[in-house]
Amino acid sequence: MARTVAAFKVDYFQFLGPDGALIDSQHVPALARDFERLTELYTLMTLTRVFDKKAIALQRTGKLGTYASSLGHEAAHVAIGAAMAEEDCFAPMYREYGAQFYRGVKMSEVLLYWGGDERGNDFSAPRHDFAWCVPIATQCLHAAGAAMAYKLRGEARVAVSVVGDGGSSKGDFLEAINAASAWKLPLVLVIVNNQWAISVPRSKQNTASTLAQKGIAGGLPSIQVDGNDLIACLWAMDKAVKAAREGKGAFVIEMMTYRLGDHTTADDARRYRPQDEVDEAWAREPLVRLRKYLISEGAWDEQREEELLSECAEFVQEAADEYTNKVADDPQPVTAMFDYMFAELPHDLAEQREYAEKFPEDGGHH
Amino acid sequence: MAQITLIEGVTLALARAMKDDDSVVLLGEDIGVNGGVFRATAGLQESFGDERVIDTPLAEVMIAGLTVGMAAQGMKPVAEAQFCGFTMPMIDHIMCHAGRMRNRTRGRLSCPMVLRFPSGGGIHAPEHHSESPEALYAHMPGIRVVIPSSPSRAYGLLLAAIRDPDPVIFMEPKRIYRWQREEVIDDGEELPLDVCFTLRDGQDLTLVTWGAMIKETMQAADELEKKGVSVEVIDVATISPLDMDTIIESVERTGRCVIVQEAPRHCGVASEIAANLADAGIFNLLAPVKRVCGYDTVMPLYRNEMKYMPSVRRIVDAANQILEVS
Repeated sequence: MARTVAAFKVDYFQFLGPDGALIDSQHVPALARDFERLTELYTLMTLTRVFDKKAIALQRTGKLGTYASSLGHEAAHVAIGAAMAEEDCFAPMYREYGAQFYRGVKMSEVLLYWGGDERGNDFSAPRHDFAWCVPIATQCLHAAGAAMAYKLRGEARVAVSVVGDGGSSKGDFLEAINAASAWKLPLVLVIVNNQWAISVPRSKQNTASTLAQKGIAGGLPSIQVDGNDLIACLWAMDKAVKAAREGKGAFVIEMMTYRLGDHTTADDARRYRPQDEVDEAWAREPLVRLRKYLISEGAWDEQREEELLSECAEFVQEAADEYTNKVADDPQPVTAMFDYMFAELPHDLAEQREYAEKFPEDGGHH
Repeated sequence: MAQITLIEGVTLALARAMKDDDSVVLLGEDIGVNGGVFRATAGLQESFGDERVIDTPLAEVMIAGLTVGMAAQGMKPVAEAQFCGFTMPMIDHIMCHAGRMRNRTRGRLSCPMVLRFPSGGGIHAPEHHSESPEALYAHMPGIRVVIPSSPSRAYGLLLAAIRDPDPVIFMEPKRIYRWQREEVIDDGEELPLDVCFTLRDGQDLTLVTWGAMIKETMQAADELEKKGVSVEVIDVATISPLDMDTIIESVERTGRCVIVQEAPRHCGVASEIAANLADAGIFNLLAPVKRVCGYDTVMPLYRNEMKYMPSVRRIVDAANQILEVS
């Protein structure tokens, strides 16, 4: 005889459809009527996209190293940043610029990092956020550690981390869920599921019907949302961050989106994914639907859109100039590679530093 | 004053560090009620509570990642791994994050953590419990590597490691956890993390070692002394950064050096010391520098483990070879 000892379900939330209309105008969060907030976030989503285009152009013209595009992820990323308080801690992977801009990271800092200069990680704000994290999913555990620190010190702070659909296959992500569950940590783990881990599609990660259910397996409340619907993303984030701050423990949110661009500028997605899939994804992208919605509600118009685009172009150009001027006029000396290794330079490194100073320009520029 | 063992020196330092600084917390598997598999944390959860001495789920990667995250956010976590072999999955977080946090952020964040674990063989343990991976950690930029070999050095070096503003790998030679007793005063005095300890002064030969090999090395020194050889013995203790000044100064005086290490020879710390001696250009070197090491094989299961490790005979043999040269 068998009996069910546990049963689970994963709810999917979507409020704003791809056509820019509310799915069910009778059942929407208050946020859907907060046009001031929505236009503010739409502005940042647009800025992020304009920035992204510029960064790719800088890379293509040899002015920037490999860059990971955020194209198509703007709603998810901006919602993540917008739900967090300044004192909360963000542990990003490497393309969550929308979240970071909201929190105070400068566009020129993003460019510095991808431009091969560690000063890009010395964020002007917030000073306690983690740096970009290239080894997949390790950031989930750093966020869990931050959440642990806040909990032990009795601070009402929340740690938030992002992982991709590929990263959700890694042990670090699963161990972070487990830790958050065991200690009821103030942690929000967001899976930004963009369907592609470089060339490996979501279907090849595993056959689980959702990635959110991995959170449920570890004992965390977990939901899935339309990751191209800013309202759904922010509603979910607000709910999760609030619960975490109130000591109710951790949350997993899977945001369903699509990587419209290449993995990075070093990748060519045409090698492995069909163009009609990408074309179809463009019909669901996050900016157009929010703009249509705001216009239909009288909160936005074509003239404001034009003004916004030209303002964004101006801001982004300023940031690009700040970046190119910084690396040209104020490059890091050879000694910089030694000076931040330890609080106090050990004697062996001090010797190497002195030696390196004799060859300040060796290796040349490229 | 109490005579204590090396592992009791560890416990004493942990208690002292927690008393002195609220941000010091311990985490690991079975370290709470059970006091750790070797009892390094015995009684500490009782004294400091389960929010300072934290039993973790059984997940080494999680322990390492959590420790890095906590350290970057103002805590001073001291993580325990049960055995050296179980630290292998932790290396991602140690190498890719702990050692890079300060540099990566140009000093904005740091990682003041300690990962301590028993290392080395000789206690008849199962597979993966007996390795000496100090060279792996010493190769990682941004990481200090410390191995005490006496109760007082365990106390003083662990206190320094916990107070240090950067990550420290603290490897405890488990074979000598309870070998010797020594009077240790709990005065909160730390020892420097970048200085070797000269355990015995001599004129004819320098024996350099660290960790549990101190035992065989001191015994070899005794045998050689009986034959009229004056032997200097140096405990390296701080593998990274390496205090070559003390070693070079000694070898310049004695003209002969044997380096003893339990770990495999290839690319080991002994090789690094030998290379530094060569680089120093010691003109009064009287004989080749010798390394007596574990073999470049897998650490055998326990019936053969003592045959793997440098023995007193192998150390004396190497010493005799270079004493005959001049």
